[in-house]
Amino acid sequence: MTHSKITRRRIWTIAATIIILVGVFIILIPLFWMLTTSLKTYAEAESMAWLPRKPQWNNYFTALRAINFWRALGNTLLITFLAMTGHVFSCALVAYGFSRLRFPFRDPLFVILLATMMIPAQVTMIPIFIEFRALGWVDTFYPLTVPAFLGGSAFFIFLLRQFFMTIPTEMDDAARIDGCSHFGIFFKIILPLSKPALLTVALFSFMGNWNDFMGPLIYLNSPEKKTLALALQDFNSLYAVQPHLMMAASLVIMLPCLAIFFFAQRYFIKGMVITGVKG
Amino acid sequence: MNLSARKREALSGYFAISPWLIGFLAFIIGPILASLFLSFMKWDIITPPAFVGGGNYKRLIEDPLLYQCLKVTFIYTVFAIPLNLGFGLLVAILMNQGVKGINIFRTIFYMPAILSGVAVAILWQKIFNPHFGVLNPILKLLHIMPVLELISSPVTWLYSEFWALPSFIIMNLWAVGGAMIIYLAALQGIPTHLFESADIDGASVWSKFRHITLPMLSPVILFNLIMGIIGSFQVFTSSYIMTGGGPNNATLFYVLNLYRQAFQYHRMGYGCALAWVLFIIIIVFTLLILKSSSAWVYYAGARRGK
Repeated sequence: MTHSKITRRRIWTIAATIIILVGVFIILIPLFWMLTTSLKTYAEAESMAWLPRKPQWNNYFTALRAINFWRALGNTLLITFLAMTGHVFSCALVAYGFSRLRFPFRDPLFVILLATMMIPAQVTMIPIFIEFRALGWVDTFYPLTVPAFLGGSAFFIFLLRQFFMTIPTEMDDAARIDGCSHFGIFFKIILPLSKPALLTVALFSFMGNWNDFMGPLIYLNSPEKKTLALALQDFNSLYAVQPHLMMAASLVIMLPCLAIFFFAQRYFIKGMVITGVKG
Repeated sequence: MNLSARKREALSGYFAISPWLIGFLAFIIGPILASLFLSFMKWDIITPPAFVGGGNYKRLIEDPLLYQCLKVTFIYTVFAIPLNLGFGLLVAILMNQGVKGINIFRTIFYMPAILSGVAVAILWQKIFNPHFGVLNPILKLLHIMPVLELISSPVTWLYSEFWALPSFIIMNLWAVGGAMIIYLAALQGIPTHLFESADIDGASVWSKFRHITLPMLSPVILFNLIMGIIGSFQVFTSSYIMTGGGPNNATLFYVLNLYRQAFQYHRMGYGCALAWVLFIIIIVFTLLILKSSSAWVYYAGARRGK
């Protein structure tokens, strides 16, 4: 490479870095403002002071008490973990069937499964509500957890199937010669080798249910059954003009998602890439 | 023996997919058919349903709210999706220029994309607030405010009939990292020898972008486009929380209207008719895009699109 070419390349890299840094700055402003506002007094938040003079940690206690935090957290965790368990096991089993076992109509059924990814949940929302209402499940956690055990998400099945396809079939054959059944192979070979993909599904499921608003809004009425998302919305409609308290409560509810993201971001990226690029 | 082994495998296969089959019947096909059936009924969920034929669809065509929510959703889609995909591509390409610290930058850009729901909607509701939000002071600081005021004044964002919908488009841009992360993975998958041979031929930066990068990324652009459109037709939480569809229905997104008709006004049949219209719109859009894709999506070698 000639000298001028190297210089040009370096200038190009520096320019790209500067633009990205500006972008990073813009991306971080909302979160930074959220944190600082959550520590302001009401007067500071109202007068748009850039920083609190003295961090008001008390805002967090006030806000969490107002949303009945512990009860809402318990409800959210229960729903989230049940749904996560359901998603991981049922989607893995279905994906195993579609990726490893031969049976009549397998491929047409798989095409149907892919097609269902395009169907917005809102299309089926009303009849499903009527279904659950007939079962007497309104104002219970069943509508928010039972579907997860029944295939739950075409997206997760697709993701896991793509992953299972990358596991060499020689492993199955060897196990079969040793007398392993189809489900033995599933439990002893496929599942242990798929831990990263299963974790990806678990994390996506967690995030989806933790942040879900429409489901709890439709199905849960009693105050003692409210999830964090519902409790936060109630709080916002009462205290909309108390930005410092709203930001404190919102930040606490975002925090688990942020923490999971920082510790496990490679699993999210892997999940996005498996479905987006290799699809 | 051989036959029975095959039969056993088929049985195991059906057993393995049985959760999905049950779920498919109970939560997809059943409800879709029920929803079609219900869309010809008038039902307030308390008194028994009554058959009204095409009554719901006739009312739908005459309902100004339908046109309003279609308009809001279309305008949002037309601006938010191209902006999101364009900026996502731009950021991904910039990151792929040998920038140091790419892992940290990638994490920061991707972070907002995984945040969603009520907390994010509330955060942006406060950011846009003209009294204590952080956006307007920044715009004043950068002298952008006078320009916006020329377009429509006052710039009160969620309180302004003009600026409320652009607020949602801006908020959507914050989550540009979702598209970026997929582009970036695809960019890193482009074989470097393509660029090397282009360099030998003396290709310019632009022609390398136009003739190598874009074609190689086109399957991923298609994926992001379809996912983006489906997502934008389903905006609900943010509009419910940030504006409640206001002011004067300026942010009445389609699904918010659907939710209100069904679960607040208890018009189950009418809601189902709305749901079916949404379903048909999404199918038509997806098919149109897939049809057009053969003209602009390039699949290298054995790579097959979906």
